[in-house]
Amino acid sequence: MKLFDLKGGVHPEGKKDLSAERHIRALPLPKKLYVPLQQHIGAPATPVVNVGDKVLKGQLIASAQGAVSSSIHAPTSGTIVALGDHVAPHPSGLPVPTITLESDGEDRWGMTKVVDDPLALAPEDIAAHVAAAGIVGLGGATFPSALKLNLSRGSGVQTLIMNGGECEPYLTCDDRIMRERAVEIVEGIRLIAHAVAAKEVLVGIEDNKPEAIAAMQEAAQGTAIKVVAMPSMYPMGSEKQIIQVLTGKEVPAGGRPADIGVLVHNVATAFAVQQAIRYGKPLISRIVTVSGGAILQPCNLEVLIGTPVQELIEFSGGYRQPAARLVLGGPMMGQQFTNTNVPVVKGTSGVLALMASEIGQAEASPCIRCSTCVRACPVGLLPLEMAAHIRTADLAGAAALGLKDCIACGSCSYVCPAHIPLVHFFNYAKGDLAAQERSKLKQEATKKLADARNERLARIERERAEAAAKRKAAREAKAAKEAAAKAAEEAA
Amino acid sequence: MLIAAVVSLTLLGTVFGLLLGVAARYLKVEGNPLVAELEQLLPGSQCGQCGFPGCSGAAQALADGSASLALCPPGGRAVMQALANKLGIEADLSGVEDKGPMIAEIREEICIGCTRCFKVCPTDAIMGAAQQIHVVFREACTACGKCEAVCPTESVKLQPIPATLQSWYWNKPQAGEAA
Amino acid sequence: MTPIAHSPHAHAPVSIGKVMATVLLALTPATLFGFWLYGWPAVNLWAVALIAAILGEAFVVRMQGRKVRPVLMDGSGILTAWLLALSLPPYAPWWIAVLGSLFAVIIGKQVFGGLGQNVFNPAMAARVMLLISFPLEMTTWVAPSQAPGLLESLRITFFSQPIDGMASASLLGHVKTEFTRGIGLDQALAGYYAPMDMLWGSRTGSLGETAAVLLLIGGLFLIARRIITWHAPFAMLLGVAAPALLFNMIDGNHYAGPMVHLLSGGLMLGAFFIVTDPVTSPNTALGQFIFGLSCGLLTWIIRTWGGYPEGVAFAVLLMNAATPIIDQYVKPRIYGRDRKGVALSVKKG
Repeated sequence: MKLFDLKGGVHPEGKKDLSAERHIRALPLPKKLYVPLQQHIGAPATPVVNVGDKVLKGQLIASAQGAVSSSIHAPTSGTIVALGDHVAPHPSGLPVPTITLESDGEDRWGMTKVVDDPLALAPEDIAAHVAAAGIVGLGGATFPSALKLNLSRGSGVQTLIMNGGECEPYLTCDDRIMRERAVEIVEGIRLIAHAVAAKEVLVGIEDNKPEAIAAMQEAAQGTAIKVVAMPSMYPMGSEKQIIQVLTGKEVPAGGRPADIGVLVHNVATAFAVQQAIRYGKPLISRIVTVSGGAILQPCNLEVLIGTPVQELIEFSGGYRQPAARLVLGGPMMGQQFTNTNVPVVKGTSGVLALMASEIGQAEASPCIRCSTCVRACPVGLLPLEMAAHIRTADLAGAAALGLKDCIACGSCSYVCPAHIPLVHFFNYAKGDLAAQERSKLKQEATKKLADARNERLARIERERAEAAAKRKAAREAKAAKEAAAKAAEEAA
Repeated sequence: MLIAAVVSLTLLGTVFGLLLGVAARYLKVEGNPLVAELEQLLPGSQCGQCGFPGCSGAAQALADGSASLALCPPGGRAVMQALANKLGIEADLSGVEDKGPMIAEIREEICIGCTRCFKVCPTDAIMGAAQQIHVVFREACTACGKCEAVCPTESVKLQPIPATLQSWYWNKPQAGEAA
Repeated sequence: MTPIAHSPHAHAPVSIGKVMATVLLALTPATLFGFWLYGWPAVNLWAVALIAAILGEAFVVRMQGRKVRPVLMDGSGILTAWLLALSLPPYAPWWIAVLGSLFAVIIGKQVFGGLGQNVFNPAMAARVMLLISFPLEMTTWVAPSQAPGLLESLRITFFSQPIDGMASASLLGHVKTEFTRGIGLDQALAGYYAPMDMLWGSRTGSLGETAAVLLLIGGLFLIARRIITWHAPFAMLLGVAAPALLFNMIDGNHYAGPMVHLLSGGLMLGAFFIVTDPVTSPNTALGQFIFGLSCGLLTWIIRTWGGYPEGVAFAVLLMNAATPIIDQYVKPRIYGRDRKGVALSVKKG
């Protein structure tokens, strides 16, 4: 199949061999699970259980709120011991509302509904099942999957792309799941394709995963699914980039893939969809790669959502040497964390313990305008110019250069010989502009309130004056009348 | 040669001078629209914290250049930036100590329900009635501080809005001489 | 709590120091050839230029109250002085090198705010300053293959011993002089232009500008190491060669051909090491191509019709001034937008 060119991109060292040959193993049942209410883009879920409740594995414990949200289910059977704040897998380190579940060790499933012929389901029923199972995009964006299916069904899907790019270094969770569970994934893909009536189905896999490509090709035989090997390059697995490489089309700025008739899902999401529809199992576990130079035995684990990261590290043999930095996700876009009590959430693809030599951090030096970042940017931005504007507090200038189109992939920071934290600048600026926008909206609203109040006070004042005038007029009229009467009396 | 140069330059000067004079007469701007435009940018709550008689007074002072861009505490950095853009001057935002967004909060245990605060609130952000505990609507509060000033029991205080996952964002990188 | 580091948590094995070191490595063959060709005076001049740049930069950085070590360690001052030394006449007196180096790193770079802030290429700014201020010293050339001893070389560099009997003229200067005497290109070039010697660099000229092949190899090395891209150098060579070829075909006795132009003066050094200076050249590939092409055209124009025999330095400085304009108008297209920055229209199918 003809592939299209991608502009920019970088070639970080893969480091996937650390864990690529490790079979997926299930992590032993943890004692306590910390399940945050917000593990997805959109509104947090609302708990439907109380402290002390006994729950079964797969039981709904928090339900989706509003249009963009996702439900959350009990990862194992046990007792709800707390509804409160717990440290979140977020760079702010702020505590977030979390359901704490104490496992009873039995891991007993609640009622699960098995569908024998899932492909006979109506498209909207598939989306409903996916919504009920709390499935979100497992590639990292964690957008509620059912919503994506519904949005796309309305606009029609020409091409369904299944993302098996996994371009982040170290991560091998998608590689392993494609090698070991290709048959289930293919069934999941067919369900998604059926749900949106896709005309064409492509599975894009980077060519550094030949075993995964072979496994998927074998499983896809006899179906309309085409497995495509893509060149290995970061950020190939980014939604916009994989669309560009496979179809040659670009998502319009500010738009969605649905606008150009494309839908992208991660391969691990397809597995979750298959499990949810065929076996009635909601999304309560995911594959996580534990890797990095400081980890003794890098591996791929199937982990219950809510498991503290500490348990994963211990199960991997602990540290080979003290880690210079702990990261959730891949090294290019992942987040550093310091508290190993943070739980694995639906979007956690990796837990990395990195050595200083792997991070390559250095003091930033002045920009020499070498424009390596311009060549690396997959979006076509001028990172050096944008950072220069942001540094001098000219955020509007940076926005005019296309700050909002930045996908924060980190390619520019990665290649910068001056070690300037370019993406950090951009995320700061995006956050600050959003905050300014919020305060501007609030200011407009309060100004309306102030105007309304002033108007009201003026009206009250006016009415009071009018009333006074009326009284005065009445008094005068009365006085005039009396005077007239008096005059008439006198005249008479 | 010399005469030609002198004549042509004189002619040019006269023509352009006339053009400018005519333009000044016919394209004259009545009043100063700047004041009204600046007032539009200010919060409009007439809280008086800037020391001027209401937001229109502040706008007048800004247009004269007699007031600092950082005169409006409730507006914060966003208003300051907007004013700077409108006036076409550089806002030295880095120097401004931004306390971050604040909000009025009522400590219910010492509120006596005297209604003074909601009578002065310029944005109707406080609700209550006599002998009832008052509440603040966060969305409408501009943290102007008028309520704090009139409260007889110091029950109303301005507090920083606590950071949430929705409002948190990365700080500006401290990258020395970089970029 | 330790501050949380922003992603990415990985970095390509690059740094400013490594970039500069690679460029210096690429310059080494041509420099060594210059030493061999012109002997000890060339070595003296090169060393004096480097020492003056290091000391001068350390002094001003200290005066600004900044840390000296990181500034010196980035290697940019050394590279500037090195490039300047290569563009000087090999028997120039020591103070030429000192003045040039100090001008380059202090006026040319630090006054603008240090590395990355300067508008003009510091080495070329210094060279033009020297050429205008000291025309005699800057145009006193010697023919190669005279090898003074170490002691004599010190006298040449530091005591400005007259070098009568060794004086020569560069090819471009010679041609220009002969034109003023009404002598055509055929005669002027006879006995002066030996293509193979020009290629290897065995000719009269600046310290390190003559070895065309070695400079070309250095430049290709930088392209292979992805320190520079091919756009600006290729465009500059094209900008000189294309008009040269055209006019040579029109009037061969008046306009030198492309090979004469490509192999003479400071063109090879300029194309691979000067117009590729990241600080003073545009950001985008297309911008760099336009920049290089304009540098080449201006060089050819100055060489052909200007008052000076060589025009690389002037051309580069003129285009440095135009770099912000090029960057303003030549920007990459952003994903999902057209060239003007408007979002692509939503089309089905």
